[in-house]
Amino acid sequence: MNKKMTFFDWAMYVTTAAVALGWLIPLIWMVATSIRPETSPVGTGSMLWGGSATFANFQRAWSTAPFGTYYKNTVIIVLGILCTQMITITLGGYVFARMNFRGKDWLFVAFLLQLMVPAEALVVPNYATVDAIGLVNTRVAVMLPYIASAMGTFLMRQTFKQVPRDLEEAAIIDGCNHLQVLWHVFIPIARPTLAAWALSSISFHWNNFFWPLIVTNTNDVRPLTVGLAMFTKAAETGADWSLITAGTVMVVAPLLIAFFLFQKQFINSFMRSGIK
Amino acid sequence: MAQPAVKVGPAGKPVKRRAPSPGWGPYLLLLPSMILLAAFTIYPMISSGYLALFHANLANREPVWAGVENFQALFTSDLFLKSLKNTVVFAVVTIPASVLLAIWLALQLNRKVRSVSFLRAAYFYPTMLPLVSAASVWNFFYNPNYGPVNLLVRLFGGTAQNWLGDPQTALPAVMFVSIWKDAGYFMIFFLAGLQSLPSDVFEAAELDGANRWQQFWKITFPLLSPTTLFVATISFINAFKAMDQIFVMTGGGPENTTSTLLFYIWQQTFQFWDKGMGAAASVVLIVILLAVALFNQFYVDKKVHYE
Repeated sequence: MNKKMTFFDWAMYVTTAAVALGWLIPLIWMVATSIRPETSPVGTGSMLWGGSATFANFQRAWSTAPFGTYYKNTVIIVLGILCTQMITITLGGYVFARMNFRGKDWLFVAFLLQLMVPAEALVVPNYATVDAIGLVNTRVAVMLPYIASAMGTFLMRQTFKQVPRDLEEAAIIDGCNHLQVLWHVFIPIARPTLAAWALSSISFHWNNFFWPLIVTNTNDVRPLTVGLAMFTKAAETGADWSLITAGTVMVVAPLLIAFFLFQKQFINSFMRSGIK
Repeated sequence: MAQPAVKVGPAGKPVKRRAPSPGWGPYLLLLPSMILLAAFTIYPMISSGYLALFHANLANREPVWAGVENFQALFTSDLFLKSLKNTVVFAVVTIPASVLLAIWLALQLNRKVRSVSFLRAAYFYPTMLPLVSAASVWNFFYNPNYGPVNLLVRLFGGTAQNWLGDPQTALPAVMFVSIWKDAGYFMIFFLAGLQSLPSDVFEAAELDGANRWQQFWKITFPLLSPTTLFVATISFINAFKAMDQIFVMTGGGPENTTSTLLFYIWQQTFQFWDKGMGAAASVVLIVILLAVALFNQFYVDKKVHYE
């Protein structure tokens, strides 16, 4: 659409820009309040203040709740899910893209079911399962329901389908077995897809809340989101917004900074892993 | 027994060799995924159906057969019916609102104007935030005493509200946060959809004298229908799994006006320890999700315009 912009176009564009500022206000307020000195109370109603910035709120937040442990748990959970997913989605994508076997359609339906009924709807029976195998309140329990991923498997299947047959056949003539073909031919070609998958998987699990909330009950295994929710509930009764926003900024900063730096890659990743 | 070297067909000719059967290979490669899918997707669907047939609560530590009594209790429970209604309202409002907003944003931001990439980021960034922390920020914005939303309302001469404390406004306030969170995410799908549209159709329409409005409704919108269906499906699932923001913002209140189906399930199971009722409500949720997915697959999908 390179046409000349009419007055109507300009009016719409200005509206879009104005609404965008509204969209940004929660972020701006969050960052501004987190570096606001305690002596300048929030309750007065002014959004911004003229004083100096401080990092004292972050120090207070860090010493009020075990954010270091939460960070460690989130990193372990996110990377644990990502690494195991890489294996399951690569194998699954390869099988569905390249192999024919009895029962293929039925197994495919099993994957489709995971897309239709999200894990959140199954928390009650899944909690019972995790309880029965004695894994309640462990990081492994947080990871388990997400290691098999229909979305990721379908994404890999799409990618693998585009690999030229010739390449594969050449490798087979050279005496490679399936796993070797996968490793030497398919995975190198699928690297951009795996990278795109990694970004959306990390974002999703860094931010995941409901299942970790249910399946953890002590601070030594809780991830950031659950820890932050507990922390916020405690601080909200005192309306200590500087403390709450400092805690929130600590939780969201890594992903947000990465997003603003690598905007294109993130948007591309979210788009691809959303498309079947 | 010795095997014949070449398989021989009825007419004495050798049978054409078929591609070698892959044997156990594919099953072995799928095994990790299948075990986990069986344990955490398929089994739970069956087991909630089974557990729903028992009284399993604090009064009955060992499950006692209940038949359909849990379901009868559900559909005569005001709280459950209210939660079901709230979930439906949530879906009916947030799906069209966020989808239309996303289309509008995509149309506005699908041009080569300066600052477009900044504006796209401004709308997309809520996707990168955990819903729980976004929700606690919105708690401040909705605060009845000093929240910016009330400041804005007063500025325009309205009366201040206790947004999250008033049964009239609590659900709309929570729904607005979901729209704010999702619109930018949905926008990127429409941007991709718009960029794949053929430009010659629009040129022809322009020659025929179609105005912008007609072009949008007669060409753009129908051509985007696969994207719209896809985005509406994600939006539908998001509405039916809405939980994080309710947990942080309202706890289901006031007067249960923000209790959703999933919130009800969580409350029955993990607050009241009534696992039988929690399982029965889970069955209702699963059935709704499956029914809509199948309806999409077999009915809507056929009506949607694909290239």
